[in-house]
Amino acid sequence: MLQIANSENVLAEAQNLRESPFAIRGLTVSYDQKPAVFSVDVTIEAGKMTAIVGPNGAGKSTLLKAALGIIKPLSGQVTLMGRPVAQEMHRIAYVPQRASVDWDFPVRVIDVIEMGMFRKTGLLGRLSRADRAHAMSCLGRVGMTDFANRQIGQLSGGQQQRVFLARALAQNADLYLLDEPFAGVDAATEKAIITVLKSLRAEGRTVVAVHHDLTTVPEYFDNVLLLNVRKIAEGPVATAFTEENLQAAYGGRLGTARLNAAAVSG
Amino acid sequence: MSGAEFVPLSLSPLIIGCLAAVACALPGNFLILRRQALIGDAISHVVLPGIVVAFLFAGTISATAMMLGAAAAALLAVAMIEGIRRFGRIEPGAAMGVVFTTMFAGGVLLLELSDTSGVHLDVEHALYGNLESLIWLDATGWASLFDPTALAGLPPELFRIALVLGLIVILLALFWRPLAISTFDEGFAATLGLPVSTISLGLVIISALAAVAAFDAVGSIIVIAMFICPPAAARLMTNRLGMQVAWSVLFALASAVAGFVLAGYGPLWIGGTNSVSAAGMIATVSGVILAVTALAGPERRRVT
Repeated sequence: MLQIANSENVLAEAQNLRESPFAIRGLTVSYDQKPAVFSVDVTIEAGKMTAIVGPNGAGKSTLLKAALGIIKPLSGQVTLMGRPVAQEMHRIAYVPQRASVDWDFPVRVIDVIEMGMFRKTGLLGRLSRADRAHAMSCLGRVGMTDFANRQIGQLSGGQQQRVFLARALAQNADLYLLDEPFAGVDAATEKAIITVLKSLRAEGRTVVAVHHDLTTVPEYFDNVLLLNVRKIAEGPVATAFTEENLQAAYGGRLGTARLNAAAVSG
Repeated sequence: MSGAEFVPLSLSPLIIGCLAAVACALPGNFLILRRQALIGDAISHVVLPGIVVAFLFAGTISATAMMLGAAAAALLAVAMIEGIRRFGRIEPGAAMGVVFTTMFAGGVLLLELSDTSGVHLDVEHALYGNLESLIWLDATGWASLFDPTALAGLPPELFRIALVLGLIVILLALFWRPLAISTFDEGFAATLGLPVSTISLGLVIISALAAVAAFDAVGSIIVIAMFICPPAAARLMTNRLGMQVAWSVLFALASAVAGFVLAGYGPLWIGGTNSVSAAGMIATVSGVILAVTALAGPERRRVT
């Protein structure tokens, strides 16, 4: 698709970039020769909750990691309110997949939360009494106050996920990027996490989460990004989360019945 | 045993053994948590060809040349491991295994082909070191510790390993939090703006430094054992990183002291006549400590 660049388009694009807390342009990532993410443009809306949805291997986690510079993309620009993301990392909290770390690591829950405050304390800075209180309050927001001194290996999967979320809260960011925050967690944890995410939205922060459960997308999220290596669709759940788009993203991998159940009617 | 006997013959090998053990155990904690414990093994093997090549160039056993050669070999090995891992698409453990056995074998061949008969450089030396020979002939007793002329006669290995240990302690203290955070969760650490690749490389470099300095004095057996056994045993004692590092230092010191004493006097106690290799005994003691903690350590984990 060829787009004729006129001054109107250029101005509109500049406006989009300025207003979006997470705008990705032309992001391509490849492991070996095969692209994992191909030429993706995304404009995340500020103050909203956006789900990144797509089949396994669609490049959802890769998109987040590459956009944050954790892995090196082949090409692409990422901006936060119009500024290069690399300069604005202090405004971003990233919650990796729970399975990406070794939970036998010799640290306590509270030590993990305090990792989220590294930027504040710097290399040799010590945590003040207020910092420690802040870390405890973040733990309280996910309902884990009683576990502060537990070794992280003693936690259940859901509790581990809450600890990761609390660490992100301790970062006090404007943009929260979560990679499968609901994977393998119990119902109580899922409820606790969504409550916290909604409270972040209520505070005017932006939440983006890689999400697997299609049935809960309309209930939890405002916007959706459908991804399968390429971008299939993005926009409000009501308009983008349609049966047609889901079919395009998942191909034959989902039964029509499930698609019907998941997609918004109309 | 009187000071007149202990100070010249045993004090400096004992101190060197302790310093070498701690210098290796400290970075070993992080290598194990990063599942890179084999790096210590790899580095301690690859320094052999480096030292042989340095000897061939320098023509004599000069400490500076040997350290340079060993350091160059360690860097070459790290680059080769990384290269094989990336281009050969082989898992890191296998890449390390290939590089260190090949380089060590190359070093053995070089040794046999070159004329090193006139100097003290052979495979046994490389493996066991010569801890017992690092004596302090200028000492006459405890009073020599306060005698500048006698102190100048301390084996140079002692100063080198002390210097390296001092550097490791300072670097660990300075970069403790970035190192801990990036060891636990590298992706998250990167989003905090931490230079995770540099931290990872820095850890390998200080490990190489410890291995090279310790190898010079005590041989590769102790180096390999101290990178792994004290930190692994320490992990079974505690669930906190700081405490783990403290326990690993304690275990390293205990291995060095007990191993040295057992090697020197153990055989006499059971009616033998000769002492055995201190390096071998220190490594064995560290293994025994690991076995005991694996059986009785408070934080040993279930086998799942």
